[in-house]
Amino acid sequence: MDLEFTPEERAFRDEVCAFLKKNLPEELAEKVSAGKELTKEDLLRWQSILHDRGWLAATWPREYGGTGWNAVERHIFAEECALHSAPRLLPFGLNMLGPVLFKFGTEEQKRDILPGILDGSDWWCQGYSEPGAGSDLAGLKTRAVRDGDHYVVNGQKTWTTLGQHANKIFCLVRTSTEGKPQEGISFLLMDLNTPGIEMRPIRLIEGGSEVNEVFFTDVRVPVSNLVGEENQGWTIAKYLLTHERTNIAGTGFSIKDMERYHRLSRQITRDGKRIADNPVYAARAAEIEAELEAMRITNLRMLANAREGAAGGRESSMLKLKGTQVRQAIQDLYRSALGHNAAPMASELSENELAVPVEAARAAPVYFNHRKLSIYGGSNEIQRNIVAKELFRG
Amino acid sequence: MDFNLSDHHQILADSLRRFLADNYKFETRNKQVYAEPWHSQEIWSELADLGVMGAFVTEEQGGFGGSAEDVLVIFEEIGRGLCAEPLLGNLLGIRLLAALGRREMVDDIVAGAARTALAVYEPQVACDLSYLEATARKSGDGWRLTGRKSAVYGAVGADHLLIAARTDDGIGLFLPENPELISATMVDGGNIADLIMDDLPTECVSADCRNVLENALDLGRIALCAEAVGVMTRLTDLTVDYLKQRQQFGKPLAAFQALQHRVVDMLVELDQCRSITIAAVAAFGGGDQSRRVSQAKNLIGRMGRKIAEEAIQMHGGIGMTWEYPGAHYAKRLVMIDHQLGDHVDHVQRLILMSDKPNASA
Repeated sequence: MDLEFTPEERAFRDEVCAFLKKNLPEELAEKVSAGKELTKEDLLRWQSILHDRGWLAATWPREYGGTGWNAVERHIFAEECALHSAPRLLPFGLNMLGPVLFKFGTEEQKRDILPGILDGSDWWCQGYSEPGAGSDLAGLKTRAVRDGDHYVVNGQKTWTTLGQHANKIFCLVRTSTEGKPQEGISFLLMDLNTPGIEMRPIRLIEGGSEVNEVFFTDVRVPVSNLVGEENQGWTIAKYLLTHERTNIAGTGFSIKDMERYHRLSRQITRDGKRIADNPVYAARAAEIEAELEAMRITNLRMLANAREGAAGGRESSMLKLKGTQVRQAIQDLYRSALGHNAAPMASELSENELAVPVEAARAAPVYFNHRKLSIYGGSNEIQRNIVAKELFRG
Repeated sequence: MDFNLSDHHQILADSLRRFLADNYKFETRNKQVYAEPWHSQEIWSELADLGVMGAFVTEEQGGFGGSAEDVLVIFEEIGRGLCAEPLLGNLLGIRLLAALGRREMVDDIVAGAARTALAVYEPQVACDLSYLEATARKSGDGWRLTGRKSAVYGAVGADHLLIAARTDDGIGLFLPENPELISATMVDGGNIADLIMDDLPTECVSADCRNVLENALDLGRIALCAEAVGVMTRLTDLTVDYLKQRQQFGKPLAAFQALQHRVVDMLVELDQCRSITIAAVAAFGGGDQSRRVSQAKNLIGRMGRKIAEEAIQMHGGIGMTWEYPGAHYAKRLVMIDHQLGDHVDHVQRLILMSDKPNASA
């Protein structure tokens, strides 16, 4: 048994680390660290820096301009990015559409679509959930009816993350109402500039608007925008869900957040004591940290399995469950440690007048925003269903 | 990065699992562990023949193992088999005797011809040796012990009973002849004893060996964590099987989502417990040893109770019965937290460590 990374893997980590130190703009890292909303320009700027280095598409094979990294290298890269407070990479083009096209796309689709994902000229968003189809995605109703060389799309999608910045969308649409609900779904690409598409922001619990509703009224989409076969969409959607989930636990984010908590707990004082010296907080932090350390090892064990080709859906569901629980526990601890200083939604005070460190000023909104972790990507209840199904099979 | 057992460890694990499955029957176990002498000499000898005792110390010290991984492999199987033989005391004792150069005693213990145990904790001291009160003082050619010891696992029948006591130089270890024991049956089986010492003549093994003692105790904690992981594995298996078999309202309990989700949560925590135990094993002997060991003991203490309670609850009435093995697994799982410092003691230890400047996340 050996928990150490190989010398090559350690050298790779050093290389990533050196690159981030040199190339990650400080103002971006500060924004990420303080939980501030990043602009479209911020996100594209970071994406272009990585693209120049050839490190943007971690899950893509080399022939398509990806890194060709294995699961361990992807893990190291993601962890280091999180530890350096790099902006998150948008998964929609890179981790979702890209891999779908490798597997199900035509040569033309790959040729036409992949470069735009890499150079940032296209911003993809996702049209999966609907008002009536969340966890039960197969119940989706947005219709695509064939009319000559086009589909005519009518319906509504929701929870479309950062759709306000996007110019393209991939959707699951209903192309048949016969047979089981899963059998009549197709995977369709659309240009958001097509007449009949309207995007409306949804304001979230913390006040931000990172998600949207998308309305489709008689939208004409060329048949060549279909990925895979008609009515094969469910297979594609499932492939997406099991593909590349080694970073699903987000251990890098949790480690970083725990560091921030320790920093905060030594900086702020309540009723004559540093939070770090308050026995209740110290105990809570130590217990969460033990869970985080276990999580880190669980993640490594699954990576080792993945390297041997043995990681399955059950593993990634369990990682998602525990990973999100740990992250949410740390966010909760952080908000809670601030006491009444966490109350302002946004402060009018200048940065040097704030009663709390700048990076802590948005702790409560960030906490509320992160309740999403256990809801999206298949809610934690759905993950439990997946594991239970395997467990009680037969 | 490699989480597979070495061939040698895999063979050890397999042979131990087979031996316990074939020879350590639940009904016999329950007859043995709840009454004097609280264990089986026959099982003990066979465990020694399988190499269990020898795996606790290095070749140089007279054994054929001695790593934390050896301890992990053995105690996980001990947990799976719910074996209540007094191995914890034996592990603690042999590590100390080996480290302090008592080769002859070590040889006898490795051969299964002798047993050892350690008296370290006291009615008011459960984890932190700084608070030990029992004292040893020089008297003529020998030493005398005064004070009280509690929670001595496997004391009855131990040939070499080591006693930790405060000396002028620090904390020492002593080997009195025939100390008087006040013994009891543990709630989860096995024997535990108290000692009341009043100027008890004794031989001194070392007058100052706190570090050796701390290391042995940390390894004992790893053993308990590994045992807990073995117990949890078996207990969750039993629970899954039971939910598949038991029919209510015309369908198996496994069809009820309220129960499915709780079982999945048990499995997730079991995975976490296995991971943190691996972390402690990997850290043993390094700078992070105490920190990882305390994290493991804390997490396993909390999750062990949770898994035990959930298992009992999901079995319903049958989980409450003496005749059902699962009940005894659950009982052991809860009581493991009470040994060598519980989850609260270990969180305290973590807090004390994090006050030190060299602590990092």
